[in-house]
Amino acid sequence: MSFASHDSATRQSQGEAITAEEIAASGAKAEDATARYALLLGDDALILSQRLGAWVSRAPELEEDVALANIALDLLGHARFLLTYAGTAWDKSEDDLAYFRPEEDFRSCRLVEQENGDFGKTIARQLIFSFYQHELYSRLVHSTDTTLAAIAEKALKEVDYHQDHAAQWMLRLGLGTQESARRVQAGLDSVWSYVEELFTDVEPITELGDIAVLPSTLREPTLTRLHQVIEQAGLSIPDMSGAHGADRSGRHSEQRGLILAEMQVLARQHPGATW
Amino acid sequence: MTSSADSSSWPLWEVFIRSSRGLSHVHAGSLHAPDATMAIRNARDLYTRRNEGTSVWVVPAAAIMASDPDSKGAYFESAQGKSYRHATYYTQSEGVKHL
Repeated sequence: MSFASHDSATRQSQGEAITAEEIAASGAKAEDATARYALLLGDDALILSQRLGAWVSRAPELEEDVALANIALDLLGHARFLLTYAGTAWDKSEDDLAYFRPEEDFRSCRLVEQENGDFGKTIARQLIFSFYQHELYSRLVHSTDTTLAAIAEKALKEVDYHQDHAAQWMLRLGLGTQESARRVQAGLDSVWSYVEELFTDVEPITELGDIAVLPSTLREPTLTRLHQVIEQAGLSIPDMSGAHGADRSGRHSEQRGLILAEMQVLARQHPGATW
Repeated sequence: MTSSADSSSWPLWEVFIRSSRGLSHVHAGSLHAPDATMAIRNARDLYTRRNEGTSVWVVPAAAIMASDPDSKGAYFESAQGKSYRHATYYTQSEGVKHL
């Protein structure tokens, strides 16, 4: 998952921000439970990044290709921080955790695993996830774990943009044509049963106290904001209960294995390959 | 620039970026977007990826009236030879000490 650092003639400055390399070099060592929490957060970011990457060259316009790829790369950045930090507990690298971990050890939620579908469905998924993630990171900046707090602070600025992007599109599709409204409503309907899983208090979060943010406390503020935008877009909140098995175990997901097969195949067939 | 009546594609916008306080907005390029709000967001993705800007303007390309490149002579070259339009053409008067 390493990025080559390209020197560019137009580069002004990189700015000050935490990097995965700094986390690895800092000597910070995560406790086991904290590491498993970082892994859970990182898996969400990693899987959604992989999903969004598939939009490149297929978005409605070139500009939207760039926007979705940009969001995917932001999420990949978050995944790198979180997996790197998680790996400090077990002497594993971000690549060990991303490419050589079996499917059942991933902790991603089913929302991010859902197929892209059409642009309407992707925007529906983006809206829900970015609103949830924004609420989560705005609280995680106060984590008593300083590394997690620093990661959240960096990620928050980016997620702020992700939620704006999704909300702007939700409004335009909802208030656009009959067809765009129909499609984005169908998108909301197809992913809504996976919303509850975001707010389920799973282990190890329940044992982490002030290090973590308890998912159930994010439910109310996230749903309130989601409802506002969806109603403003002239769409309706799907009336459905959460899908069975909201435990991030992967036992109730058909998608996870397929995504991982695609994501991991190159690294597994050519261990140590760089490109 | 023709107006974008073609519904198969989003209208074109011209992007202007101010790189730091005190400088003017400078033309950076163009992009497609369905409306002004999204144009600003796309501009951020396309033209401010490396901390280039502190402010972005977008203008509908159709709203820009451009000079005619074929009239270059009449428009721009008639200034040639008119050196009296430059301050350096004039000599300093003796009575003026601190110019």
